[in-house]
This record gives sequence, structure tokens and C-alpha cells, in this order.
Amino acid sequence: MKRAVLGAVLCAGLAGMSWAQEVRITVPYTRFVLPNGLNVIVHEDHSTPTVAVNVYYHVGSGREKPGRTGFAHLFEHIMFEGSKNVPEGKFDEWLEAAGGNNNGSTNFDRTNYFETVPSNALELALFLESDRMGYLLDAMSPKKVDGQRDVVKNERRQSYENRPYGMAFIKIVEHLYPKGHPYSWPTIGSMRDLSAASYKDVVDFFKTWYVPNNASLVIAGDVTAEAARRLVEKWFTEIPRGKPVPPVTPAAAYLNEEKRLLMEDNVQLPRLYMCWHTPPVFTGMDATNDILASVLAAGKNSRLYRRLVYELQIAQSVNAANYSGMLGSIFWIDATAREGHTLKELEAVIREELNKIKQEPPTLREVQRAVNQYEASFLARLESVEDKADILNNYYHLTGNPDFFQEDLSRYKAVDPTDVMAAAQSFLSDDRRLVLSIVPKGKKNLAATFSQEVRK
Amino acid sequence: MKRVSLLVVLMIYHALFVLGDARAQKPNRSKPPELGPPPALQLPPIQRFTLANGLEVVMMEKHQVPLVQLNLLVRAGTAHDPEGKRGLASMTAAMMNEGAGDRDALAFADAVDFLGASISVTAGMHTTTVALFTPLSKLDSALSLFGDVVLRPRFPAEELERKRLERLTALQQWHDEPRIIASNLFNKILFGPRHPYGPPVMGDERAIRSFTVDDLRSFYSLSFSPANAVLIVVGDVTRAALAPKLESLLGSWKGGPPFTKPWPPAQQVESRKIYLVDKPDAPQSVIRIGRIGVARRTEDFYAITVMNTILGGSFTSRLNNNLREQHGYSYGAGSRFNFMPLPGAFMAFSDVHAEVTDKALNEFMKELRGIASITDEELERAKNYLALSYPSEFQSVGAIAGALAEVVIYDLPDDYFNTYTSRILAVTKQEVERAARTYIDPDKIAIVVVGDRKKIEKGIASLGLGPIENLSIEDVLGKPPVIEKK
Repeated sequence: MKRAVLGAVLCAGLAGMSWAQEVRITVPYTRFVLPNGLNVIVHEDHSTPTVAVNVYYHVGSGREKPGRTGFAHLFEHIMFEGSKNVPEGKFDEWLEAAGGNNNGSTNFDRTNYFETVPSNALELALFLESDRMGYLLDAMSPKKVDGQRDVVKNERRQSYENRPYGMAFIKIVEHLYPKGHPYSWPTIGSMRDLSAASYKDVVDFFKTWYVPNNASLVIAGDVTAEAARRLVEKWFTEIPRGKPVPPVTPAAAYLNEEKRLLMEDNVQLPRLYMCWHTPPVFTGMDATNDILASVLAAGKNSRLYRRLVYELQIAQSVNAANYSGMLGSIFWIDATAREGHTLKELEAVIREELNKIKQEPPTLREVQRAVNQYEASFLARLESVEDKADILNNYYHLTGNPDFFQEDLSRYKAVDPTDVMAAAQSFLSDDRRLVLSIVPKGKKNLAATFSQEVRK
Repeated sequence: MKRVSLLVVLMIYHALFVLGDARAQKPNRSKPPELGPPPALQLPPIQRFTLANGLEVVMMEKHQVPLVQLNLLVRAGTAHDPEGKRGLASMTAAMMNEGAGDRDALAFADAVDFLGASISVTAGMHTTTVALFTPLSKLDSALSLFGDVVLRPRFPAEELERKRLERLTALQQWHDEPRIIASNLFNKILFGPRHPYGPPVMGDERAIRSFTVDDLRSFYSLSFSPANAVLIVVGDVTRAALAPKLESLLGSWKGGPPFTKPWPPAQQVESRKIYLVDKPDAPQSVIRIGRIGVARRTEDFYAITVMNTILGGSFTSRLNNNLREQHGYSYGAGSRFNFMPLPGAFMAFSDVHAEVTDKALNEFMKELRGIASITDEELERAKNYLALSYPSEFQSVGAIAGALAEVVIYDLPDDYFNTYTSRILAVTKQEVERAARTYIDPDKIAIVVVGDRKKIEKGIASLGLGPIENLSIEDVLGKPPVIEKK
């Protein structure tokens, strides 16, 4: 039955029907819940003899305690260091010996763990995931925490500190969100808090968040729903349900002023950042804000690219994006000036373009172009079982509906030019935003106006 | 105590929900589950046909998602840059979709973006690829734009000025990037200024300033020709449906003979030397270690691939396990052989905490010396990892097109994909150890370190690994270009 639905989709495509209007994107799945509260989602795709396993724990850096920033991510690392029946190092060794790849990632809202394995090794992946879900602490030690603490500190150095402009994101969230807001610190955490993380923190965090009733498991690929269910029941049923997790208390993200910051960095060229608060993922005008970002900076004909890079040639690059999160989103613009140009010049042009789009809607073609690109990207994300597994889990995590593909796409298709103008008016205001200038050392004269200096 | 209460909870749940369900017996966790036999990769056949003008088409149908990938592989790239015009292949490629057919650069970009398609042109070392990725529903329109790029690029002078400025600015920005500094120096040391793998692909400031529209046109007409190209197609199309479209799109394309060029041999690294580039205040040191490896078509390809997987090609590899897991010096460490038509680089790499740069180098040396002896367990794990994960690389049209490009460029047999697994599994311990002895000589390597000299030089010197040459970033990259104000 599931295959037939997919087959119908393909036939429509092959017959040259307009995919855009006529065909629903659907990723069929079966779902069941174990008595311990673990939500399980299975999607069959037999095109390659490969299975993707994807586990979400519904906890991210947004649930960390003050003084322990970076802990959710440090914990993610510790999850690979062995559990009661999986000696240290064997998690990766056994998977590699079976032809599997694995990794994990942490963001503000969730932590995911994923394996891609040949279909004969599905049970191994489930054994490993279940053992660390059920029995991590039996094998935990302060030494393991120390080992991964050093690794994570090097991750911070490699991904942030030793990168040009690498500290921008960390400084931006710190100043964009009110003090104490769960998004006001970066997922990577601070060096001081990473040093402070203790063995006891690991125990508490595991018991609070890493419980089956706070997890969801997706299996996508070359397996039948029945076989997948049998294996999941075998390995996960015995894991006890935990206490209900503390509810997310929506924290107000606001900025009642314009903050203008300056930071010097070891860079050749100055870069300007502008950030605003926008509504949470899948609420309000979230998709409209994505389209607004595309109209502003996706492709040669986008407004900011065209003015700054193509026509005036005063910028090397410009980006715009709406980074969506459960508690709120960030609308982000950055632009790098070319030699001989200042961030004041860039800001003046950006201001003109923002004013323009607040006063007059973009053309239908500008909006349709952005929507069409989103639509194609939805197809591209259906190609691999690991992508599908992660998206099913993400949709489940955020909406309760794993097969939210068509609904998600429909949000973009429903956007019209006046919506885009309205979004710009509502969210991109001059007096509630963060403006950060990063300039080469000793060249504050290249900055936009600033009222506060921050240190790298 | 905690364990007892857990058990109680478990028993209650069993009693409430799963009692009597035979499938939910308590599993045996004392050892990992036995795996059944691994599944075989069964790919659709590689289809080959030729257009009227002689253009070869290599195709694989892939019908899961209505997408199409079309890559024209032209057998000319950076290695074909004329004397004194390093970077011309790369600039020509970058300019090919800056206006084509009857559209200028903006109109062309708008047309492609509006389809939700993408068309990119990239110069590799020996090939230039025009890549189209499109939803099937937009295939006809996308093909027409693809044809414009391949057959009718406009090379407008004002777009060349834009690209020139963009690239000169990129050269400035390289001075910020320790990894780019390291790889530029590493290639320069291994291959020198005259070998195609030595200098940066984009060329230096002088070359970038020298390119003219005529240079681009001339490189284009020498390299773009049906006799010098292969078209790779993967996606939700059939040969029967596609062949007539390709014939009408490209069938009338004419051009010159294959573009051949001789290359000077590179001088192998014959001693151990350290090149230390000062990046003041860098919190990490970027380490790149290696020598010249071997060409892709070597008989030793499979043995080297297995050997490198053990050394630094997987998460559990010796380098990553040592530098990351055992010592916490780094977020990751690894190694790779750059398999190319001519012998490419072997390189071991990591970014390490500045304070432990010397200790990390010491561990690198241990692993490079030790790889000539491996265990049976490592061998089996590496072979299985490579062989059994292979099918998962054939999921997207783009990835399959990339795999087909390898078959085309190195003239591999059409059963290459289907025999890869068995060839890897047949590699013996003796072959791996011989490959290590042949291709990894820890006494004859270049060691590049980009980091904070005042913090790391003394420690590195005390290792006694060899002479240290101190360099500045400008010694490696030259002065940043001075850009005239717009």
C-alpha cells in the first residue's frame, strides 16, 4: 500500500504532469508507541539495501542550566563513549565493521543520533542505540567526561575561535536575547562552563532528558515495517519510562532597542551583521520570512546581492536567512565589504533596500522564483534514507506529524508578495535589532555606527 | 539501589503492557547481535550511447525521485592552463554561466533560479564539469539553458571584471584562513611551481589580473568539443525519452580534437622538514603532513584504500583514535590519498590545540611509523567498512553521477561498481603492509604547521624531527592584492 502511493507519485512525474500543482509530496510511514513512551516511526524504501536509524532526544542547549552552557552538546559526545554492554570504543568499531556510518548533532531544541547501515545491520544499530538509551550510566566515568571535554574544547577552537568571523554567532545570540533566555548562549557553550561540567551533571542530565518518553526513533529504508517493529520491541521495551520531562516554558525573546556593537577580529575585511527576532518555526509568518530572506539575498537577482555585489560592487558577499527555532527565530543578514569600503556604506544600501520592500511588495516573479527553489529542495531531500529519516523525526518533533512534507511546502506556496512586504514591515524594524560590525584590528573607522565594543 | 528500583519499574511495565508478547522477550545484551549476510548492491546497468556528432553519453536510470542530474565532463581543467595563465581554466569555468545564449548574466541566473534548477560550471584539475540538477518537471527548459552554457557562453567583458574583483578579494581573504594557508603551502612544497598540482587553482594576483575575454574564448574553444567530452546522465528518465532531446540539443555541436598536454614530473619529497607559518595568537595549529602518493590507476588502489582507512580514513582509524579519543588534542584527525590521473598527495591532517602542537606531532610520527604493521581485526574492520557501506553512496542522482565520472575519467570497466566490494574484501594483510611501506615514508615527508610561532616553535624544535623553515603568511600567499576603489 505504501509503495503504491509512492508509485503514483512517480507516475505523475514521469507523465510530465505539473509536479508543482498536482502531486503531493508524501513519505508514508507507520508509527507506534512503546509502553515506555518511545515514539517509533518506520518508513520503507527498498531502492538501496541501506537503512537509516535516527533518534531524537527532545532536548537541546535551550534546556541547559546557567553555568553549564554547552552541556547538551558535551553530553552528545559522551553518548558515543560506551554503555553497559558496549565497551568504550566499540560503538564505532562495531558499526564500522558492519559497514555503518554514524554521528550526532545538537542544536538549541534537540539532539539527534543517526546511523546509516547495510540493511542486515539494522539490529546492531538498534542494539547500540537501545544500550545507550537504557544503560549509559553503568559505564560512565569522570575520565570519559574529561576526555570529551578536551575534544569539545577543540571543536570550539576549530569551528569558532580559529575561524575568521567565527565568534560572530556567539556574540550575536548573547546580545540579541535577554539575559537568561535559553537561546542567549551558543550550543557549543563557553570554555568556562565546559571546564565546570561534572560527572554529576552527566547523571542528572541523562535521568532528566534521556528517557524513552522524551525520545523518538525513526527507521527509514530497506526494512519492512513488521520487521522493524519486532526489532524495536525486542531492544527498547525493557528500558524504563522516565519521569515526565519538564515542560518547555516559552521564554519571551524581545529586543526593545537597537543595539549597535563593534568587535575587532583577525580579518582582512569588515563584515556587517543585522539580526532581528522573528516568530518560532512553523508559526506566524515563519515561511514568509524564509521567502523574504530569499528575495533579499538568494541568487544574482536578489535585491541585496544585486545592489551590493553586482551593481555597486562594494561588497564581496551578502547572506540573508531566517534561522527558525521552537522558541523563536532569528532573521539574519550579513555582508562583507570590499577593500576601500566601509560598513556605513553597506548599511546605507541595506537600509534603502529594506525600506523599499517595506513600502512596496516584491514582484510575483521574485516570490515565485524563491518558492520554486524551495520546492526543488524538497525533492532533493527525498533522495537518501538518512535525509528522510531526519526530516521525519524533525517534523514529528516540531509538529507531531512526521509526514509534514506537503504541509510544509504548502506554507511556501501560499506566500504572496504582499505577505513578504508585511513580514518586512512587521519584523525588520530599525529600532528593535542588533547591528554588529566586525572590523580588522585597529580599523574601527570601517565600522557602522556603534555604541558598545565587545571583546573576542 | 537505583538498579533495583529500575528493575521494579520494568517489571510493572512488562506486567501492564507486554506480558505475553513473545516478541518482547528480554534481549541478550552480552554480545552484539549476529548479523545476517550483507545485502548485495544491485544497480541499474550503465547505459552508453553516442550522439550523431560523436558525443559519448553515459547514463544510469534512477526512478525514486523525479529529479535529473546531467553532467558534461570536458577533459580539460586546471592542468591545461597555458604557461603564465594559471587559473585560466578556473576563470573560464566561472564565466560560462555569466550570460549565455540570448540572456545576459542576470537574465540567465533568473531563468535557472526560476526553475528551481541549478547549473554550475567547475574546473577540476583534469576536467571541467557543467552540472545541471533539475526537477524532472522542468527538464525541457533546464536542458535548453544547459545547452546555452555549453554551446553559447557569452563571456561578457564587464562580467569578467566582476569576477576578477571577486577573486582578487578572495585572495585577500585567504590571509585569514589558516587551513587555506596550510594547503597552499603543502601543495607548493610537494609539487613545486610548474607542476599542475602545485600552485592554487585560481592562480595568483598577476595571472588573475592578466586574463582577457580572448583568453577565455580561446580556452573554451580548445577544451569544449564533443570529441573531448562525455555526458553523464542520472535520474528519472529513460534513454528512449532522453536520447532524442539530447540529439536536438547537442547533436549539432562541433569542435576540435581532444586537448592534450604533457606535464613535467614532480620531485618526490626526499627528506623530513618542517615548515612553520606564523599565525599570531592562533588558538589551534593546523597540521598537514605528507608526500607525493600515486596515480589513481595504480594496481595498489584497493590496498592503499584499505591501508588509509586504518591509518586515518575512518572515525576509528589510528590517527583519529590517537589524537582525538586517546589524547583530546583535536576535534578530529585523519589522512587521505588524493587519487588523480597523475600521482597526487598523500596527506595526514589535524587542527590541534596550540599548547600541544609538539605532542601531537609526536603522535603523528608514531602512527606514520606504525602503519607498516596492522592487526587482523583492523584489516577486517576496514575492509568491511569500505565494502559494506559502499551501497549507501548510490542514493542521490548527484552522487551516482559523481561515481560515474570516476568510471569515465579513469576508464574503469562498466562492472566497477559491482566488483568494488569483492576487490576490497580480497585485500590481504601483506598487501596493506606493503602499501604502507611503499607509500608512507616517515623519514621523507613535509610537515606544514600554521600556528602561533611564539607558542609552538620551541616545542617543535625539541622533537628533532628535522630542520625548521620559518615562514610568514605573506611568504606563502604573497602580499594581499591592493584593490582599486570602485
